[in-house]
Formats: sequence, C-alpha cells, structure tokens
Amino acid sequence: MSDSDCIPAHQPLELSINGQRHQLQVAPWMTLLDLLRDQLDLTGSKKGCDHGQCGACTVLRNGQRVNACLTLAIMCDGDCITTIEGLADDERLHPLQQAFIRHDAFQCGYCTPGQICSAVALASEGRALSRAEIQEGMSGNLCRCGAYGNIVAAVEEALPQMIASDQGGPRA
Amino acid sequence: MIPFAYSKPTDVAGALQLAGPDSHFIAGGTNLLDLMKENVAQPQRLIDITGLPLREVTATASGGLSIGALVGNAELARHPRIEADYPLLAQAILAGASPQLRNMASSGGNLLQRTRCAYFYDSAVPCNKRAPGTGCPARSGLNRNHAILGASQHCVAVHPSDMCVALAALEATVQVQGPAGSRQIAFADFHRLPGEQPERDNTLADNELITAIELPAPRFAEHVHYLKVRDRASYAFALISVAAALRLEGERIGELRLALGGVAHKPWRDPALEARFQGQPATSATYTQIAQAMLSGAQPLAHNAFKVTLAHNAIIRALGQAQRRQGATA
Repeated sequence: MSDSDCIPAHQPLELSINGQRHQLQVAPWMTLLDLLRDQLDLTGSKKGCDHGQCGACTVLRNGQRVNACLTLAIMCDGDCITTIEGLADDERLHPLQQAFIRHDAFQCGYCTPGQICSAVALASEGRALSRAEIQEGMSGNLCRCGAYGNIVAAVEEALPQMIASDQGGPRA
Repeated sequence: MIPFAYSKPTDVAGALQLAGPDSHFIAGGTNLLDLMKENVAQPQRLIDITGLPLREVTATASGGLSIGALVGNAELARHPRIEADYPLLAQAILAGASPQLRNMASSGGNLLQRTRCAYFYDSAVPCNKRAPGTGCPARSGLNRNHAILGASQHCVAVHPSDMCVALAALEATVQVQGPAGSRQIAFADFHRLPGEQPERDNTLADNELITAIELPAPRFAEHVHYLKVRDRASYAFALISVAAALRLEGERIGELRLALGGVAHKPWRDPALEARFQGQPATSATYTQIAQAMLSGAQPLAHNAFKVTLAHNAIIRALGQAQRRQGATA
C-alpha cells in the first residue's frame, strides 16, 4: 500500500438499533457482535464460537436473521438492527419470550437470545409450520444443553400466534 | 484479524480499480471473515462490493437466467423462477449452511468458498494450499472428510459447496470482469483439481470479479434430486452429495446429469459417462452401473474408504428419487 493509503483507525457508521439511531465511529475490523456487546453494552447477543457455527450471536439485520460474529459493523451502515433487547414491548415480553419461559426451553440460557431472534425471523419468513420444518429452520442455532425438544415446542406454539398478529417482523 | 483498510465502491469499474495484490473483495463475508479470524487470509484492504448493481435475476435471450453475483443464497433458493425451473439448484442451496448464513452469503461468494480441511484452517501446521511447498499433513493425518477422486500428492482437500454441485450438473457459466475486460467461464472449467498448484482453487485471474452466474434454458425441471449425506441431520458439510437430473423418454434415460460433492477439489462430473448411459433403461440396475462407472477411479485415503461405498449408494438413491419426483416444488 502507498503512504497515502494508510489505514484509518475509525470510520463513521450510522445504525438504527432496536429503534434507536446511533452515530458511531468504528474500526473496519470490528464485527457487529463486538460493537453491540463491547461498545454499546447490548450483551444479550452472545459470542459462542465466533465462527458462524453456533448461532448464539443471531440478530436481525433489516428483518433478516444473520450471524453478527461474521458481519463487519462498517458494512451495516444505514441498516436497522434488532437484538434480543429490542423484542419486548416495554414490560410485555414478546410472544416467543413468553413461550420459551412457559416451555422451559433452556437450561444454561446462553443460546437463548440467538434462538429467539432466529425464531422471530423464522415466523416472518412464513415457510415453516410443521414440526419438521421448524427443526430444519432452527438448525442454525445450537444448544449444548440439548434443550431442543422444548425449544421446538415453544416455537411451535408461538409461531401461529405470531403469524396471525404479524409480530414476526422486528421493530424498525 | 489484522487491521485493514476498507472501501465501498459503487460500480464495477471502481471496484476493479481498487483491487490489488493485497486486497480482497467482500460480499457476504461468511467464509472470508472466518478465514481472516484464523489468519489464513490477511488482506490489507477489503473492497466491499455490496454497493455494486449486481442484485438482479434476469431472463437471458437464450431462455435461461442470469443471476447477479450479489443475489443472496436464501433469496435465490426461494426465487419463483428457480423453484419452478431449476428445482435442483433450490434443493442444493437449501441443503447448505444455516438460514442465517444463507441470508448473508452471496451467489458469487458461494463459488469462492475455500475448503474446510482442518489443516488448511490451522495456520500452525504445514499446508500446500495455504503455504505452497510446505507439505500436506492431511495425506498422512486425519483424512476422513477428504477427497476420493482427483486428488494430487500435494492436496487432498474437497470443495465444500452444495450450490456448486447443482450448478455443475446444470452446466452454468460464470460471468467475470477484470482489468483485461469481461469473459465467461464454463462451470466445469471454473474450479480446478489441485495438481501441482493446490493454492489455486479456481481459474479466475488476478483481481477478476464474478459479476453473474448464467443458467442455460431449463432442461431438468422435473426429475431431479439433491441428496446430501452428512454427520448430522442439518447444518454440516457434506460427506457425500449427489446432484441428479434425468430427462426420461418413456422408461428410458433420455438425458442424464450427475455431479458429486464432498469427493474432490471441485464438483465431480463426467459428461462422457452421462452420454454413455443415454437410452438405457431407467432402472436401479442401470443406476448401479452408473454408480460403479462414476467411482471406478476412486482412490480412498486411510480413513475415508467408506466414502466410496457411501457415494455408490447415494448415486443409486438420488437417481431413483429423481426418477420418482414429479412437479416443481422444491
């Protein structure tokens, strides 16, 4: 690289996160996950493998579920991000959060924010309805405790309700 | 990840102008960022191509489809024209990765995935693909997931894509643009066998950019099947995968396409073999002969002889499933 091509430490980035606008300065090599957790204190999204193999970092980017650990923050300029912190309506939990509690769909809870964000997107994709389709549609989220049975039951219960009430989509 | 510069051009010419020996294009980033975290890839500049106008799926003059390089994998698999006319491609895409990764990954990027060989990923050990001339620990090491066809003394890695196996069977072409202009590459010529240069996965020239993938007019919309065999039910790379497409004439094979994944450094296809079985009865006896012929040159390693049997049985099953399939739902 030439001298004039030096690497800037930070570049401007504008994001909407859980409905709130942020004007930030980020290093190009910062992932969306590290930005959320380390710079914005939104620690609901979890760092499991950091290699796109576990789904614990799943967030919604413009309504689509993505692995935040394999997303560069700088590439999200102008986007709307929804994390687990943005799903509840003030004190009222999102239907999926309620269903996870009702079905005891976790043990340690580390994968839960990713599981719930993933299921919110699954509902908005409008493809999965049967148990087998839910299992395949949730296969990008691993649970090392093996709470899969209860996770699928929770999603199965909440899905029709979410599709009916159009609560699949994220808040912009 | 080492620090790097970042640019986001808005047209192809601008992207090509920025490209150099230490730069890398990035779109979905699902493989590249992973490789950068492992220090396998160490670009000094990332050229973000997500602002380029390469997101359209358009009909071609010859009755086929042109898929812009930035069309997402999930979007492509659910595209009405793909579901209706190229169900083999839709099945293959949906067999790969996870819903999250398919949302992120681009069509062009899928072709450029690098092998998931554990030795390639571990920068503490030798690897001819990562550091040419250092050796191949997979040859004498743990090689359960490695190649059974077309490998060389220097590399036994396999190509990880599912989508590419279907694109090979469907005879897609890859449209590229580079400093020397535009050209198209037949899919069979895009990926390469390792030979003496395992560091080269494909035949792209320096700083060339994939702009589109073109599908010929649909010939296999009915009797197709993508069968993927892996260690768990979903979200795992293929041990063996089979893209099977048949055009039936009564009870005979009018036309056959067959490509294998998980077996070689590129999607494995043998057009001469396909032609030889044209006109043969569409029966499991014929499919068994096809499987034997397809695998006659197999050279398994210490830990993957099971893959030869697995591939043999998977070919027979995939052809049978393709024969029985009717309609265009993926």
